[in-house]
Amino acid sequence: MAGAKEIRTKIKSIQNTQKITKAMEMVAASKMRKAQDRMRASRPYSEKIHNVIGHLAQSHPEYHHPYMQDREVKRVGFILISSDRGLCGGLNVNMFRAAINSMKKWSDKGVDVDVCTIGQKASVFFKRLKVNMVAQASHLGDNPAITDLIGTVKVMLDAFDEGKIDRLFIVHNEFVNTMTQKADVIQLLPLESANDDELKHHWDYIYEPDAKEVLDALMMRYVESLVYQGVVENIACEMAARMIAMKSASDNAGTLIDELQLVYNKARQAAITQEISEIVSGAAAV
Amino acid sequence: MTVHVDIVSAEESIFSGSAEMVFAPGEMGELGIAPRHTPLLTRLRAGEVRIQPAGGGEEQFYYVSGGMLEIQPHVITVLADTALRAKDIDEAAALQAKEKAEKALQDQESDIDYAEAQAELARAVAQLQTLERLRKTRSS
Repeated sequence: MAGAKEIRTKIKSIQNTQKITKAMEMVAASKMRKAQDRMRASRPYSEKIHNVIGHLAQSHPEYHHPYMQDREVKRVGFILISSDRGLCGGLNVNMFRAAINSMKKWSDKGVDVDVCTIGQKASVFFKRLKVNMVAQASHLGDNPAITDLIGTVKVMLDAFDEGKIDRLFIVHNEFVNTMTQKADVIQLLPLESANDDELKHHWDYIYEPDAKEVLDALMMRYVESLVYQGVVENIACEMAARMIAMKSASDNAGTLIDELQLVYNKARQAAITQEISEIVSGAAAV
Repeated sequence: MTVHVDIVSAEESIFSGSAEMVFAPGEMGELGIAPRHTPLLTRLRAGEVRIQPAGGGEEQFYYVSGGMLEIQPHVITVLADTALRAKDIDEAAALQAKEKAEKALQDQESDIDYAEAQAELARAVAQLQTLERLRKTRSS
């Protein structure tokens, strides 16, 4: 029965693993629901600020903000949003692939790339790639506050203001549904302006205290809200991907246990049969 | 005549509805906004946004710790940095923040940013004022 005992310990260990993956699946499922709620809660702000920016694009501002002007591209910046923890299937890898493809396109044109990472996984991965990492934020937890992101976003915005980078992109996972997440590269700066032709009349805002300061503050908040939205969405993606990954891990453990159980039963039966035949042949010999 | 008002913060939507009059703490001074106001864009100080809801009813207070205000003739949008409902503000936390800020102000040797501490003090004072006013209106 030496083989049977080994199989039994193996089954036991797989059962323990299955318990863990099942627990992780359930945790991810409940966290996903909360993350989706947060994603929905943060949407009104980004919609409203988008409206304001839209109004602004239609007006005739006395001051043209640099974030609305296209300029020659010498260097680009990327904000990469990943999860802090692994065990969530191909989520982060897909994001990395999308980011690297897009970066390669720029570097083929002789454009340098600056990177700012949010989340532990991206910072570890891009550290190894030896790209120019200018800022980094991690351990934001499941409920990130916008204050955690202001610093990292500001580094990139300052770089844009100073002309160190001429375009800014954000790479994050888009939450399509629980089963599907899609890595997405979006241009943050310069803002794509709406067409000015369909204006009915000339109008402009009254700015208090003055146009530059107000627009600076508004643009900063707009970019921050887009990044925040990306982070919140990425968390929902992470939880959904982890739930699916852990579910399939639990299922796989189940099949493995079934197979091993079959092998174990066969070994046990073979041992019993052998014992009986030994007894019978022993009795016959007497 | 009424105007539609939206107050949103990055983390949630706080108020959405129509109002007869809105008061907001603009950076250059308190703003009273009636319907059909001319387009205006300004930053907000820490303070309270007061809304007189359409069809009468009790005036409503919302605390904002700063943000942006956009006025269009028929829509007013308050993009609050952190706007909690005044009721939800934890008075103890506000007091504690004030104490902390005061301590930081006194202790100028430390590497805490002086301007930041002052801003924190202003925020804490504004929160307390909103709370006090809220309490007065409730008791009266």
